[in-house]
Amino acid sequence: MKLFKADLHTHTVLSPCGDLEMSPLNIVQQAKNKGVDILGITDHNTTKNCKALEEVAEKHDLFILKGAEVNTKEEVHCLAFFEKDDELFEFQQYIDIHLPKIKNDIKKFGYQVVVDQNENIIEQVDWLLISALDVTIEQIEEKVHELNGLFIPAHIDRSRYSVISQLGFVPNDLNFDALELSKFIAKNKFLQENNYLADYTFIQSSDAHFVDNIGEITTSFLMQERSFIEIRKALKSENHRKVLVNE
Amino acid sequence: MKVSDIVDKFNLEVFSGKSGLDREVKGGYVSDLLSDVMGNSREGQIWITLQTHKNVMAIASLKDLAAVILVKGFKPNDDTAEQSEIEGVPVLGTKENTFEMSGKLFQYLTNNEII
Repeated sequence: MKLFKADLHTHTVLSPCGDLEMSPLNIVQQAKNKGVDILGITDHNTTKNCKALEEVAEKHDLFILKGAEVNTKEEVHCLAFFEKDDELFEFQQYIDIHLPKIKNDIKKFGYQVVVDQNENIIEQVDWLLISALDVTIEQIEEKVHELNGLFIPAHIDRSRYSVISQLGFVPNDLNFDALELSKFIAKNKFLQENNYLADYTFIQSSDAHFVDNIGEITTSFLMQERSFIEIRKALKSENHRKVLVNE
Repeated sequence: MKVSDIVDKFNLEVFSGKSGLDREVKGGYVSDLLSDVMGNSREGQIWITLQTHKNVMAIASLKDLAAVILVKGFKPNDDTAEQSEIEGVPVLGTKENTFEMSGKLFQYLTNNEII
């Protein structure tokens, strides 16, 4: 077993609020500089820059966990990750159906560009990606699991766009694979006020929108190797695998 | 003033929780952030929101609210309606938006010296 350093929540140039410097190469280089072994790519309501990131990362021995940060009907941000390209693609189609068609105002929200590994712009996304999808948190969770994915409510300690801010508390029958904390709180501090969540697996990530923030905070995965299947096992604490955040 | 008086006055749809229509109304509260409602609403208030999630009922019950009004023609999720039946806290509906519904309810409760 080995310990791997993971930052599972980062944005790219495709997120309107993501800095234009967040190109695949810049992201990968910074992750490597910070000693990150596993990087989650999670743009707002889109998966379309995962491919370019994966292509660049392969050359630099960085494992990319491909996914998105979806915004549910209740305006709860959740991370969704997929193992295979066809699952990721099917989830992208699901997002396309459920994203309201509101035109992005570049001046107000910023550019939303899909790039290739050489930083060529291959698509500019017209619809505003930070809107809420028209499906509930439970419907999205079901879709993610139907596609064999991982579902993780994001930055649940935050007072905006978190399951706790929007829904008061984590619904007791919500089927998630872990809960994410932002970099602004330590797990033990969070649990002092949310003791009902003490038995669940937590991750902690940077939610980087700027290059400098990548790897600012990480989660350690104790497992055999870097793979989607091992990550799932670690989140479930199967066969002595473990997920550790700073206390 | 009872919840049923508000239902009649504003011609609200009663989705669920009919057994709670005789609950006493002591005021109103408006918010779509359930964390905020949990912290700031008070017993006997009618809560106006566009959130339809089951947690709405958990919080309405916890805070002993009189009823919930869903705006803009929204309907409760199935499990929300079920929970409303169990808790006996009515979920009501209006086609109006939050601004219109709140303004009218505020005026009505003021005129009747409830608030």
